[in-house]
Amino acid sequence: MPTIPSPLPGTFYIRPDPGSGPFKNTGDAVAIGDTIGLVEVMKTFIEIKSEIAGTFASYSAEDSAPVTAGQDLAELGD
Amino acid sequence: MTLKIINHGLSTSIQDLGRPGYFHLGIPISGAMDRFSLRAANLLVGNPEGAACLEVVFLGPKIEFTRDAIVAVTGADLPVKVDGEPRDGWASFQVKAGQVLSFDFLKSGARAYIAVSGGIDTKPALGSRSTYPIGALGGVNGRNVETGDELPVGTASNGKAGQQVAPALRRLPDNPARLRVLPGLYWHRLTEAAGHAFFDDEWKVAPEADRMGYRFRGGRALEFVDREPPFGAGADPSNIVDGCYSYGSIQVPGGSEPIVLHRDAVSGGGYFTLGAIISADMDFIGQLQPHMPVKFVKVDMAGALAARGERRTALQRLREALA
Repeated sequence: MPTIPSPLPGTFYIRPDPGSGPFKNTGDAVAIGDTIGLVEVMKTFIEIKSEIAGTFASYSAEDSAPVTAGQDLAELGD
Repeated sequence: MTLKIINHGLSTSIQDLGRPGYFHLGIPISGAMDRFSLRAANLLVGNPEGAACLEVVFLGPKIEFTRDAIVAVTGADLPVKVDGEPRDGWASFQVKAGQVLSFDFLKSGARAYIAVSGGIDTKPALGSRSTYPIGALGGVNGRNVETGDELPVGTASNGKAGQQVAPALRRLPDNPARLRVLPGLYWHRLTEAAGHAFFDDEWKVAPEADRMGYRFRGGRALEFVDREPPFGAGADPSNIVDGCYSYGSIQVPGGSEPIVLHRDAVSGGGYFTLGAIISADMDFIGQLQPHMPVKFVKVDMAGALAARGERRTALQRLREALA
């Protein structure tokens, strides 16, 4: 399945803020450029944008978890 | 000759060896967080070793060259590409006019240094091109590099492609990283148990770590010796009457998370500092990613000076290899 990797190391968040739902839920359409999560590093939140289109399957990294560059954050289905 | 910044990455800044001599006036030394890697990049392309380079953090920029140049990328393992074709790190290679330098995802380390033959030729401030954004000094009109910038490059002298730094000559941290500490003036503020815990515990780099300070968490909170707060210090046991900070000094606000002051740090304040990371190990900090494990290792002055000597020897070997 196609995946969306983290371009940099940091802390991964699946929600825009603690009070909101996740950026994407299973079955949601994903267009190129859609934000699927945030990575926080050096007091900056970087929006992780999909470079592929498809249907959202699941997050591969946990919310608020440390991630490394190149690590898969989410999977898309067909 | 200019470098056209197609994409600046996360945080890309112009750095050289900094502007020492003004810290007593509150202006930090700035300059490359990993000076060894900056020197190596410059030597690879035939520049004076303190020429201005681009310091890249975590995420590579995309740069178009308007003229032929010799280029080298050192420091972090950030895979290099020229027009999509891979190039080796820690080696000099040619980039032709119109070609684009780009990068894959970071593999290890945190900061890569891009040297271009001739050096980045922006206007120096107080003797340095290093960027200190808070004081709007150096860099591109006092700021970091941004998408759309065109950076001037000086006239190249004698750079050539195909030069390399052998892996044994590079200086990068282990994993877990070992950072040697010389206990300092305020060490007596800690209880004996807290002094041991600081060195026994494993710490991890906090995501907030940046050029001003590297923050660590995960170890036990410090316990302080009881005292009557001196006038002006405040009630918190981690506070002091304002004093000077040094490059590498370790402050622990509230006793919970140590912060190592780095190139863009403030020069004084009201937190006690338990000691300092020795100068020989400061470059290693510049290569630490968030969440990486770190052990602090206690050394005495003789140990710190011996380590400084070893670092000088390593630098001398590098110069001889690339002479």
